[in-house]
Amino acid sequence: MGRDTESSKSGETAAGRLRTGDLLLQAHGITKRFGDILANDKVSIDLRAGEIHALLGENGAGKSTLVKILYGALEPNGGTLSWNGQQVAISSPAEARKLGIGMVFQHFSLFEALTVTENIALALPGRLSLRDLADKIRRVSADYGLPLDPGAIVADLPVGIRQRIEIVRCLLQEPKLIIMDEPTSVLTPQESDQLFETLKRLTDEGCAILYISHRLEEVQRICHHATIMRHGKVVMECDPALETPASLARMMVGADIKDITREASSATEGEDRLAIVDLSAPADGPFSVPLKSIHLQVKAGEVVAIAGIAGNGQGELFDVISGERLSDRADAVLIDGAPVGRKGINARRRAGAAYVPEERLGHGAVPGLKLSENIILTRHATRDGLVLSGFLDRGKAEELEKKLKADFDVRMSHDNPEARSLSGGNLQKFVVGRELDRNPGVLVINQPTWGVDAGAAASIRQQLIDLARAGSAVLVISQDLDEIFEIADRIAVISRGELSAAEAAEKMTRERIGLLMGGHAGEAGKAAEGRATHAA
Amino acid sequence: MDLAVAIIVTVVTAATPLLIAAIGELVVERSGVLNLGVEGMMVIGAVVAFATAQTTGDPYIGILGGIAAGAFLSLLFAVLTLTLVTNQVATGLALTLLGLGMSGAIGEGYVGIPGIKLQAIEIPLLSDIPFFGDILFKQDIIVYLSFALVAGVTWFLFRTRAGLTLRSVGDSQNSAHTLGIGVIRIRYLAVLFGGACAGLAGAQLSLAYTPQWVENMTAGRGWIALALVVFASWRPLRVIVGAYLFGAVTIGQLHAQALGFGIPSQFLSALPYLATMIVLVIISRDRRLTLVNTPASLGQPFVPDR
Repeated sequence: MGRDTESSKSGETAAGRLRTGDLLLQAHGITKRFGDILANDKVSIDLRAGEIHALLGENGAGKSTLVKILYGALEPNGGTLSWNGQQVAISSPAEARKLGIGMVFQHFSLFEALTVTENIALALPGRLSLRDLADKIRRVSADYGLPLDPGAIVADLPVGIRQRIEIVRCLLQEPKLIIMDEPTSVLTPQESDQLFETLKRLTDEGCAILYISHRLEEVQRICHHATIMRHGKVVMECDPALETPASLARMMVGADIKDITREASSATEGEDRLAIVDLSAPADGPFSVPLKSIHLQVKAGEVVAIAGIAGNGQGELFDVISGERLSDRADAVLIDGAPVGRKGINARRRAGAAYVPEERLGHGAVPGLKLSENIILTRHATRDGLVLSGFLDRGKAEELEKKLKADFDVRMSHDNPEARSLSGGNLQKFVVGRELDRNPGVLVINQPTWGVDAGAAASIRQQLIDLARAGSAVLVISQDLDEIFEIADRIAVISRGELSAAEAAEKMTRERIGLLMGGHAGEAGKAAEGRATHAA
Repeated sequence: MDLAVAIIVTVVTAATPLLIAAIGELVVERSGVLNLGVEGMMVIGAVVAFATAQTTGDPYIGILGGIAAGAFLSLLFAVLTLTLVTNQVATGLALTLLGLGMSGAIGEGYVGIPGIKLQAIEIPLLSDIPFFGDILFKQDIIVYLSFALVAGVTWFLFRTRAGLTLRSVGDSQNSAHTLGIGVIRIRYLAVLFGGACAGLAGAQLSLAYTPQWVENMTAGRGWIALALVVFASWRPLRVIVGAYLFGAVTIGQLHAQALGFGIPSQFLSALPYLATMIVLVIISRDRRLTLVNTPASLGQPFVPDR
């Protein structure tokens, strides 16, 4: 193996296990152009029965484009596809499904207003009775250890369960090849393990799996073969079991990724810069989570992380801390000791706080506005001089935009573009940079590196740590445990609107966080005790 | 007793056009398209139905003419909004203005001519039932059609695969596209169905409700139908409640005006609108049900990337 130009150049060898499975899907020389950009440049990949094949690459490397072509959702400009040795044209997802290709999407392709059964029925061909299908769903999902309630409406279900629906929907199509785009990003460690069991069983049954993930440890653990893409091209193939996460990351980026450096925090005796005191908030919508008596202090100099599975109240908590939603009491949220619970987001910004919401396009930035205008949106009221007696100082905003572009390595095709034209990772660098540039005393950030590639993620994480060590308080809400362990001094876990006490990161384990995420505080406590006695 | 029956029969006649137009628009909106041109399609349906009936001497052919006219106007809307991706709100408003203007031009020679009234069809046996027989089973064909439509649409939307597909397109056009569902094709069909219904509703006005052609004779009923769909939270059975309530209060306030209770007539004229709104707001209090029933991609333009 290791039949690659670059690997021989750099002297890397990628010999590995012999690939014995039957060749199932072979893509050869796939090219896809969007305007001036070559998203896929003569990409070739072969997928074999019984194999979990990882597809790795940075944001914008062309993975999603390739996968959409394999699933018939995009038409390639050139190249051929063969299925079981026969050349085929996959012109629509329905065609792909007919061949036996199933896909589990990263951004859920579910219908929120419909039931689980209806969602699955829509992807299955032919006439079927919903009642029979419901029975089948119950049976198959339990059989694979991913139990589902067929009558539930998707809007009422947490993301972990939604992911399950996607997987079960795919399984019911009895596919020979399953494409999975970042399946574990919304799962607890336990749920991920369960998923890996399911994948193993599927490959034992002869199924092929194409697996996209940014979590390299995971890839190394479960994948049999890996194809690595960079700038639209395949640069490398290897056996991940013979690599380390660091070497995989190097192949993706084409350069070493700087290790994050983190000195121990000296924050134990620092003062509270952000304090949340007995904060409760009722659910403000049919699908929202009520917050129950939340206590949390973030001291000067430290990074505190809140772990949890999506949909457990993170968004609601962020809204109340940022002032998008007001609390009942002014003293429920304190910034540098000042009660701001009844004040809006601009007042809190003036008090020295900055906020980066989870959804960068639409919430963190207005898609149709230029970057300089998006800067004005969060900083017009912060005495940065962007507004003079009611008039916008566009020149100054454009200067700031150039500064952010340089300081935070935001890459763009032309100067000062609309926010929507930036790729996800670059936009994230921009929205984070916009707030960091203010040098805030308190920074609250929700999902700092969601969907951001390894290199950019490392730089964002380093900046968060640096900000804290310079004397600010940083509160990070994240679902990525690797990230949390990398940057947090203390960790709290949110589950169904309740927040566990924040504890020193060294005292937390993945297992314990996983139990807390699932709302098993008792067991988590026991696990901690068990470890303590064991250590003693 | 006879007076009560007579009044209730007029209520049914007043409610029927609203019910038909609203059930058609409900299907359109369930597929994620907002067609604000109901008023325009209705008025075109009314004038073309009247003209066809006059020319052929047959009100049933008139009905078909009304349906065809409404569907034709909706096809124009579909081409503009679905194929050329124009703004749905603006296009719908333009459609209403176009329909009102065109109907005036078409109907110029028909003003003041006595129309041909659709005859009631007595259904054997059922029409002999005291009271209900008189109200429900001695009506014209459009009233029967209106009930068949509600039953048919309910069955279609919630019991058939095609209906499920239509609802899925209205809920998330992108998910539907990813699954390989033909979003645009389904929306075309839904819009055409809505246009046909609006045309039929217009035909009822000029052939059954008041068999004559008067310019602008829809008098805002298309807008009421649009409002009914929203207030009924996109559920067919609630549209019946809304349409009949509106019809009942309309007729009731006419009688109240005749009796002269000393209430200002302007207030009484506004009453049907007020009452319908209040009742439908009250029945759609359950926010969760409303949210689940609201088509999430309503009014969003769809351009597939390929």
